Amino acid sequence: MVLYLLRRILSALGILLLISLFTYAIFFLLSPDPAVLICGKTCTPERIDQIRGQLGLDQPFWVQYWEFLRGLVAGRSYGDGPSAIDCAAPCLGFSFQTNESVTNMITSRFPVSATLAIGAAVLWLLAGIGGGLLSAVKQGTWWDRGAMMVALGGISLPNYFVALILQYVLVVQLQILPFPTAVEFGENPLLWFQSYLMPWLVLAFAYASMYARLVRTNVIDTLGENFMRTARAKGLAAPLILRRHALRPALTPVVTLFGMDFAGLLGGALITETVFGLNGVGKLAADSIAKNDQPVIMGVTLLAALFVVFGNVIVDILYTVLDPRVRVTSR
Amino acid sequence: MSTAPSQLAIEVDTVGASPGGGAPTPARRVISTLRRSPAVVLSVAYIVAVVLLAALAPVLASITGWGPYTYDPEAINADLGGIPIGPLGGISAEHWFGVEPQNGRDIFARIAQGAQVSLLIAVSATLVTTVVGVVLGMVAGFYGGWADQVISRVMDFLMAFPALIFMIALLSALPAGNRPALLVIVLSIFGWPYVARVIRGQTMSLKNREFVEAARASGAGNWRIVSREVLPNLRGTIIVLATLAVPGYIGTEAGLSFLGVGVMPPTPSWGQMIASAVGWYTVDPMFFLIPGTFLFLTVLSFTVFGDHLQKALDAGDAA
Repeated sequence: MVLYLLRRILSALGILLLISLFTYAIFFLLSPDPAVLICGKTCTPERIDQIRGQLGLDQPFWVQYWEFLRGLVAGRSYGDGPSAIDCAAPCLGFSFQTNESVTNMITSRFPVSATLAIGAAVLWLLAGIGGGLLSAVKQGTWWDRGAMMVALGGISLPNYFVALILQYVLVVQLQILPFPTAVEFGENPLLWFQSYLMPWLVLAFAYASMYARLVRTNVIDTLGENFMRTARAKGLAAPLILRRHALRPALTPVVTLFGMDFAGLLGGALITETVFGLNGVGKLAADSIAKNDQPVIMGVTLLAALFVVFGNVIVDILYTVLDPRVRVTSR
Repeated sequence: MSTAPSQLAIEVDTVGASPGGGAPTPARRVISTLRRSPAVVLSVAYIVAVVLLAALAPVLASITGWGPYTYDPEAINADLGGIPIGPLGGISAEHWFGVEPQNGRDIFARIAQGAQVSLLIAVSATLVTTVVGVVLGMVAGFYGGWADQVISRVMDFLMAFPALIFMIALLSALPAGNRPALLVIVLSIFGWPYVARVIRGQTMSLKNREFVEAARASGAGNWRIVSREVLPNLRGTIIVLATLAVPGYIGTEAGLSFLGVGVMPPTPSWGQMIASAVGWYTVDPMFFLIPGTFLFLTVLSFTVFGDHLQKALDAGDAA
């Protein structure tokens, strides 16, 4: 088990390294010269050379990439002498636009993305699993059909469209909610809650629909299996059968899916954050892409990859706990 | 991914007990099952209508007299910041779906033109990913060994990628060029593993079945087994995967265009139209409701059709 864990973590690190290499290479090859970008309009060739030297842009690709990796692990400093700028351990460089440290930019925005992800996850797990279970148990009834129709709508509606409809109906027409604003929880808890409510609902609707469909299919499949017939033949009551025998096999795939989806959201919900003006990592990504701010793009891409890759590892570990069959084969 | 979660979570794991002696494809049975469902009939009718709308976009533009790029200053109220004149975003006999605020371009013409762009991108990406995914999936599943190792590792790598952020970053860094073609390439790079994974699994189980053994015993080579024994048995799966991939790509393309890295103006696409309507939603809701509804119904129709197709094919396998 320890060996298995080690192997999984090592391969995850390998994938991360490859992703960083690809991302770095693509921006190295495709982007316009960052020195020109930083220098701005009032620029002289000498100044450009100076910036290049300071950022290490005059070095060949592999040296620059190596410096980037070393900065991530051990920190680095730009330039030398008294004008050198230090950048502490997980160093992702400085924004070309604002000169802020990319690490700071990401850590200061992360709580917003996490709040969004956690709130939405609670909603979608409740609605998705609950709805899926009820649909499966009452298979073929109007309740089942109605729930599945809503779920079908949920997976087909683009979330920015849902966001616009919600804003139009709740904010403009009915005026139940105020225009979404960025408020801290401490400042005004009610306004804070109101500003997160629509983003939570929009995100949760899409995921809950997918989960409800998955849970329903899985539960129906499980209910048709031989061991369920045995349980019924033994004379166990229907709710007990459902609780003791059907839930576990039916929900195991949900764990995998949830791990991946949640990990993905922690890396920033680009569209939802942009539409509602939430200052999370996703909006940071969108803004930096619009301004071609390479160090920031690089940083958010790596962060998202980190969550996805390690989300995968955690899901694998959880799987061995939940499904004894995997435990035997994975050693 | 922060767009609607990927719709590729398809479970087509059972090839089921195949009728002995290679029964004829139950295509007719599947079609007659599908025709009995009103939801499928409606979906197909809608898809046909959108395809016609896309194909006939230039003809329709000449009928209404408004092309997708023509400005109509008469249809907007310049004194009120350029909002369309008349109720419901300026819907009239002349402009069937109203006009865009500020510049007065005809929304109907842009919807039709946008349908063309969106469908072309989604269908092309589906074709590319299906071909690449089926070929690589079959190679990995059939030959195993190092070929499987290499292909599986590449798939793991691509599926671990934060695809949306990376697609956006890549598309924003790439030169303008031929945008739709770039979109097809980027969508395909990240899309094929989802096809290949399913095909690989099914090929692995198919290659150990009795009929493959029988073919091998009667002297068939690898190529013959792959093309005559394995591929025909994957047909149902491939059709279902492709049908359900189309709405996925339509949605992703719309999302990318919504974020401003997909189809570039002035060429319209539905996602991009919704993006330009964001600033106007309080005063002119029709501007986002029309492209949004088209997008929603298109994705919905393909999904409903794919779902039912899968069910009908599965039922046939179980029989």
